[in-house]
Amino acid sequence: ASAQFQLAVPVTVVFAPGSVPGDLPRPLPFRDVQETEIPVNLRTTVTTRYETIYRSTTAQEDAALEAATAREADAALHPLQDTSLGSLTMYVVPETSSLLPQGISVYVGKHRSALVRAGGGLAALRARLQQLTQVMSFTVSSITAALSDRVPDGQLGPDARRHLKSSLGYEITFSLLNPDPKSHAVDWDIEDAVNRYVQPVLDKLSLVANFSVDSQILYYAVLGVTPRFDKESSSFLLSAHSLPHVINPVEARLGSSAASLYPVLNFLLYVPERSHSPLYIQDKDGAPVSTNAFHSPRWGGIMVYNVEAPASPQASLPLHVDVDMVRVMEVFLAQLRLLFGLSREELPPEFLLESPGNDGLADWELDRLLWAHTVENIATVSTTLTSLAQLLDKIGNIVIKDDVASEVYRAVASAQRAVAELAVGHLHSAFQASKDAVTSSERAFFDPSLLHLLYFPDDQKFAIYIPLFLPMAVPILLSLAKIVRETRQRKKEPTKVD
Amino acid sequence: VCTSRFWFNYRHVANTLSVYRSVKRLGIPDSHIVLMLADDMACNPRNPKPATVFSHKNMELNVYGDDVEVDYRSYEVTVENFLRVLTGRIPPSTPRSKRLLSDDRSNILIYMTGHGGNGFLKFQDSEEITNVELADAFEQMWQKRRYNELLFIIDTCQGASMYERFYSPNIMALASSQVGEDSLSHQPDLGIGVHLMDRYTFYVLEFLEEIHPASQTNMNDLFQVCPKSLCVSTPGHRTDLFQRDPQNVLITDFFGSVRKVEITTETISLDPDLADFERKLPKDELATEPLRYAEQLPVAQIIHQKPKQKDWHPPGGFILGLWALIIMVFFKTYGIKHMKHIF
Repeated sequence: ASAQFQLAVPVTVVFAPGSVPGDLPRPLPFRDVQETEIPVNLRTTVTTRYETIYRSTTAQEDAALEAATAREADAALHPLQDTSLGSLTMYVVPETSSLLPQGISVYVGKHRSALVRAGGGLAALRARLQQLTQVMSFTVSSITAALSDRVPDGQLGPDARRHLKSSLGYEITFSLLNPDPKSHAVDWDIEDAVNRYVQPVLDKLSLVANFSVDSQILYYAVLGVTPRFDKESSSFLLSAHSLPHVINPVEARLGSSAASLYPVLNFLLYVPERSHSPLYIQDKDGAPVSTNAFHSPRWGGIMVYNVEAPASPQASLPLHVDVDMVRVMEVFLAQLRLLFGLSREELPPEFLLESPGNDGLADWELDRLLWAHTVENIATVSTTLTSLAQLLDKIGNIVIKDDVASEVYRAVASAQRAVAELAVGHLHSAFQASKDAVTSSERAFFDPSLLHLLYFPDDQKFAIYIPLFLPMAVPILLSLAKIVRETRQRKKEPTKVD
Repeated sequence: VCTSRFWFNYRHVANTLSVYRSVKRLGIPDSHIVLMLADDMACNPRNPKPATVFSHKNMELNVYGDDVEVDYRSYEVTVENFLRVLTGRIPPSTPRSKRLLSDDRSNILIYMTGHGGNGFLKFQDSEEITNVELADAFEQMWQKRRYNELLFIIDTCQGASMYERFYSPNIMALASSQVGEDSLSHQPDLGIGVHLMDRYTFYVLEFLEEIHPASQTNMNDLFQVCPKSLCVSTPGHRTDLFQRDPQNVLITDFFGSVRKVEITTETISLDPDLADFERKLPKDELATEPLRYAEQLPVAQIIHQKPKQKDWHPPGGFILGLWALIIMVFFKTYGIKHMKHIF
């Protein structure tokens, strides 16, 4: 189905005194609109529209920029900004400013603002600002990944479909695997860890979807692969190419939640057996991985937690192990971010990103997710409704119930609203509208009454009824013909009755 | 999917269970398998070895084992349920194990066996699915991107007719016989008294026994399985809708499950002191009375009550009809004048 998206991003560029480049086209403040087109396929185009307002700082902002470090400045500037979802504010500081450390020209904060070092004239500043805007909202690759259904196969990168698809909810399951309960009595305070570390991240992501969390402990669950013993480091190693085979034997025992139909994200913590400790994961070059963890796109992650050998060989087994949940949650939450596609690795070196701390993700990363998911949702709705319309064309006598019809109308209205809101730059309402549209369209498409089996094509109807009725009809038709002939004959000779 | 029932179709159930076993051995968990069987073999009164289904004569291998999870059994194996599973148009009360929860990166393997004909497959002796309906179902799946690639294997008579009508992309199909040919069964077992397997599936399973999760065997080898000399029928395959070259498609892409894995190199830093203590303290739980079920049934009364007096009903139609028939016969035989002897 053809779809035209217009994504508008409201950006504010604020010039601190001493940072205004000499070659500005117009005096401050002024507005500028930049539109570019991203062709996705023949019938889908995405137009991005950066509506930039350039102005100079207010007195309060000047005071905030007097702070000692970039982080403090960012915190002070936060209440003075427009913090609606999707909007960005960039403060340009003079080239000689000490706010940004040496060698760093861009500092991206936890919320929706960034500090940019001026220098090099307007063109260089513009290029830096554009790059920054793309990092904080969406890039060509993130939008084409969201529309991966429509992109012709050759153009997609090999890992374009590894991020989680946009869904109305996700189930997160934390599992502790203890293959050797005789040696290790493992205790993990998962409830406390979830409340303290995971819940704040999920609360922040609650705008995107509903999350539910559960946990379990599995005993005698072994990995499907036997690790090799490495004499040099006197430890056991799992090589990178054996990792794909680890997941399947475990998955059979994980148990999938019977209640919900949402995608499940599994996070497994594996405590190796005494005989296989310590166990390290090797990457492709043979070096041990610092996190001792790996993840599988759209499935979840596994972390190996090594327990130190007991001090004396006569120590009584089982050893009591208290899992350090902070270390574990740091890895699991990082894996959760990667599963959603929020990676911080592909940035140029002169960018400094503020760590989001216990929140798990920065506001602009949430925006990135929302942009991609909104576009994906609208594209899905369009494909679903078109497919439904094609089904109705094919089977002419299909019966559409009233509630299916009302869901379709609602889906269309919500999708139109979402597209309109995107074009204006209201990301929050656009995302909510797209979520409503997806819910309605899925409900309409997957309604159990639309099974094409229930509606016979015409040729099947003929094939069934003709052999029944045709032989019966032959004598009836012949008799009718006879009656008609007789009546006509009688009419012709009325005078015969004497 | 096994589409037959009744004892003499033992081989179809054995076929399906053997493929199920191979697929599980290669790593696909039960949560990713939808198994539709009539499931009337293991506990059939005619089974000399109850609770077993053998796939090889001399009863070497019991494929019914301990670990079989049948999702649709007995009379639930209908064309409607099969199409509902494929297209996803399932009533909301269906449990997760009975659904196909696939997305655009899932490779799906569909194996069907039973009795078939030119363009149709018989389901449990009462209904049939045509190749047009199957092709339409696959198209509905493609529209919603419910599969990335699909491998369709069918072992029935004239099986090639079932894949003639497919028109959605990324489908590869294999059949045990061409149109006009019958697929034959392998060997009977004199102890059990029925044929245990079909030839095509038997040789496919021999082939699969060589495959382990890390093997690199490709689809072209699967196409060569069971030549006419062994199978008597000519197996066919269809790859024109498939985008990749079958040479590059691994068997484990469909029969096993090897996931893409990435090493986690990023971590985030958590500050344990910052974590909010006050937020999630459990609310003070008030001491309440322990909850009890309400007294719903007067158990004491039920135990001690006398049997209820049933109300008298006039005799129903059947009894009346029977008596009328008897009386009519009597009078027909002996004549109406005997009536005064009765009254």
